[in-house]
Amino acid sequence: MRLIKDKTSIDFLGAKRRKVAVGLSLLLILLSVASLVDRGLAFGIDFTGGLLLELGYDHPADLDDIRANLGAAGFPDAQVQRFGADTDVLVRLPPHDDKEPAAIQAELQSALGVDGSSVVVRRVESVSPQIGEELTEQGGLAMIFALLMIFGYVMFRFQWKFAAGAVAALAHDVIITLGFFSVFQWPFDLTVVAAVLAVIGYSLNDTVVVFDRVRENFFKLRGTSAEDAMNVSVNETLARTIITGLTTLIVLVALLVLGGESIAPFSIALIVGILVGTYSSIYTASAAALMLGVSPQDLIEPVKDPDLIDDLP
Amino acid sequence: MNKYPVWLNLLVLTILVAGIVFALPNVYGSAPAVQVAAPNDGVVSESQLQEFVRIVGNAGVEPEAAYVKDGRAVLRFHNLNEQTVANGALRQTYERRFGIAQTLAPRLPAWVRGLGLEPMSLGLDLRGGVYVLLEVDMDSAVSKRLEAYDEDLDERLRGAGIRHRIDLENRSLTIRLASVDDVEAARDVIRQADADLIITDGADGRSLRVRMTEAQIRERENLAIEQNITTLRNRVNELGVSEPIVQRQGADRIVVQLPGVQDPTELDKILTATATLEFRLVDLTGDEPGSRRYPGRDGEASQVLKRRIVASGDQIVNAGAGFSQGQPVVNIQLDAAGGESMLETTQNNLQKPMSTVFIETHRETVTRNGVEEVRQVKTEEIINTATIRSVFKNNFQISGISQAEAHDLALLLRAGALAAPVYKVDERTIGPTLGQENIDRGFKAITIGFLAVIVFTALYYRWFGVIASIALFSNLVFIVALLSLLQASLTLPGIAGIVLTVGMAVDANVLIFERIREELVAGVTPQLAINSGYEKALSSIADANITTLIAAIVLFAFGTGPVKGFAITLSLGIITSMFTAIVGTRTIVNLVFGGRRLEKLPV
Repeated sequence: MRLIKDKTSIDFLGAKRRKVAVGLSLLLILLSVASLVDRGLAFGIDFTGGLLLELGYDHPADLDDIRANLGAAGFPDAQVQRFGADTDVLVRLPPHDDKEPAAIQAELQSALGVDGSSVVVRRVESVSPQIGEELTEQGGLAMIFALLMIFGYVMFRFQWKFAAGAVAALAHDVIITLGFFSVFQWPFDLTVVAAVLAVIGYSLNDTVVVFDRVRENFFKLRGTSAEDAMNVSVNETLARTIITGLTTLIVLVALLVLGGESIAPFSIALIVGILVGTYSSIYTASAAALMLGVSPQDLIEPVKDPDLIDDLP
Repeated sequence: MNKYPVWLNLLVLTILVAGIVFALPNVYGSAPAVQVAAPNDGVVSESQLQEFVRIVGNAGVEPEAAYVKDGRAVLRFHNLNEQTVANGALRQTYERRFGIAQTLAPRLPAWVRGLGLEPMSLGLDLRGGVYVLLEVDMDSAVSKRLEAYDEDLDERLRGAGIRHRIDLENRSLTIRLASVDDVEAARDVIRQADADLIITDGADGRSLRVRMTEAQIRERENLAIEQNITTLRNRVNELGVSEPIVQRQGADRIVVQLPGVQDPTELDKILTATATLEFRLVDLTGDEPGSRRYPGRDGEASQVLKRRIVASGDQIVNAGAGFSQGQPVVNIQLDAAGGESMLETTQNNLQKPMSTVFIETHRETVTRNGVEEVRQVKTEEIINTATIRSVFKNNFQISGISQAEAHDLALLLRAGALAAPVYKVDERTIGPTLGQENIDRGFKAITIGFLAVIVFTALYYRWFGVIASIALFSNLVFIVALLSLLQASLTLPGIAGIVLTVGMAVDANVLIFERIREELVAGVTPQLAINSGYEKALSSIADANITTLIAAIVLFAFGTGPVKGFAITLSLGIITSMFTAIVGTRTIVNLVFGGRRLEKLPV
């Protein structure tokens, strides 16, 4: 079976297309950054601190009723929402400074009528704001650190222009994935940070495979321009890029549909990230490397004077 | 061409068999069990185990299996009913002498257990339980030490006849002297008490400031956290939880994980409480130096008590709640030093009153002038004042508290005091049904994802796709085997990592098979195409996997809890997939297609 013809020669990186791709990427990045600045992320309590209760009802829960009860009990700032099934409810409360979390939890439970039979507490998380700040800092540091290490590795294996191209593609993927979470206000929790780092790994994986082929073709196709050699490489690895993206998306959709609500943000982050990452390893990484003026000479050691060899007996 | 030597085939087979054996313990499931732990992290002996079986047998229950694992006795039963009966019988006999907990134990046949094999350990999000992250109040640990210096120096200076006043503030003691002439003498006294202390002269020429060195502070902080961990372990063991985890995290935090526990509010009291007791004589004159008035708890009269502590909570070696004349009491047993002091005091103070002071510390966040401030609130209350009617030493009773308080106090006193107060910064409770649901969902996601991927690859790459699917399945076996071997906790994000690995592990085979196709299109013979396909794809596979591994390792280094679980399975999956996708598939391809004349390849 073939999804992609054996020999494609799509002009991915021609000057005109490249401009369109770069324009699209810049537009997406701009929108993402604007949304991140304007609306920010819908941080979960992992980051903000506070109290979270997941409740299981033996009947479909009436959210308005729950909100009214909580308001009356002195928690007008509680967020109430369905969680997967209509019998499951998530109650979130921002940090309260003046009371012990245990006391708040007890009050909440009595206001919600938790009795262990018709209403059951399935999960409780109580995080202090201080932990949240630390996690935010750690998450940011982890991403920066991962990008630096990857830059180092690609530089070691290829050359700095490639490394810069790869890291530009990764930053592109991270920013746009975060942008999606900001625009749609999807819940952003710790597992999403893990997913974004996995996206970095995946997208880089894709990019490196293309670069590997570029290096090979720089040797094989001497005399062709860097642009043409790169175009050939992207075409040659196209089938692989798409098939691997497809198998990974298959399992992630399975995880999104079957894995339950608490792992859903993770699955969504990876699905978005892999779509963006696949696009970026075809366009962004190579385009960025080309813009930096990558050329076969960057990878090929200068050949020693060929006449010398001819002179040998 | 394309033949592996026999030894290489055998090696691959051996590794596969090893993987299957290590993964094996996970297929047996688990059964209700009772776990019995010896006190103070001791080891249960074989004869004690036989005794437990006998006691359970007397209650009419025959365990399915009984063995000692990690120093703890495990009695496994056929059903919940038997477990309940056995638990009751053991508790009745051994309450307080052994930690008894109901748990689930893997239903391993004896030979598997004999090999020392175990199934994967499940994280709290999969088995249900409570996770608590506690922060140790280091400031308090240090000032507590300074308080001790305060008392010690006070006594020594008084003994040397030097008039003084000592104030404790900002992690230092300020000693104000009545006369300038006493400065040198006071300095000597301090040096005698502890030569390491840093002494600086006050600006007024007749006071001294005493501070601890950085090393002393660090040592004190380490000691405090270590003692807190021991104490928390003891307290947790008292609760009868199976497989609890109490671990240090970073400089000043302690992680407590309690599988199966469902009520964190009850737990709270036990974990963070710093309740302890002090015994002090009543100052009948009311004006001895250092004496101070203590409030009485409801109904108890307040008293002026002497500065000297006769005995305190950390000298209590055993405590038990009980009843005496219809009143709830706590039976106290003191250590040698405490007993000595109590003996001397009671001998010299017959017919004089002595008070029991109940001390509890908790943290309170208050907002003052718009600024948030956390402060320690220490409540000291006299729970009982009684006239010393006889001489006693190590063993005695105290009363004046409710039954519930007597129970908690006895537990806290038995487990020892916290060297410094702790407070909760993070707490997560997962109900048991949610845990099971998470397991079921994760398993379903892996199964469906796996099936979809193998159907796709088999359709796309035909027989080579089938071979890749076999490799993919053995990759799953290897991940499970390694997780069981390492006993790293499997969490829901961990399962997500396995699912992701299933999707990404095919990548290596996709790279190889696409290369083979390219070679075939270029007109190379099938055997040569196989060979160069594997060879040429290798550098791409290595680069691609190493970069993903870098991301996974960074995740592991920076991540906590759930994120770590994901990083572990992702890293393991990448490593095992390199083996299965390259060496594993090549072995099969060589066995099936190697050394034959082929017209076409089913790729």
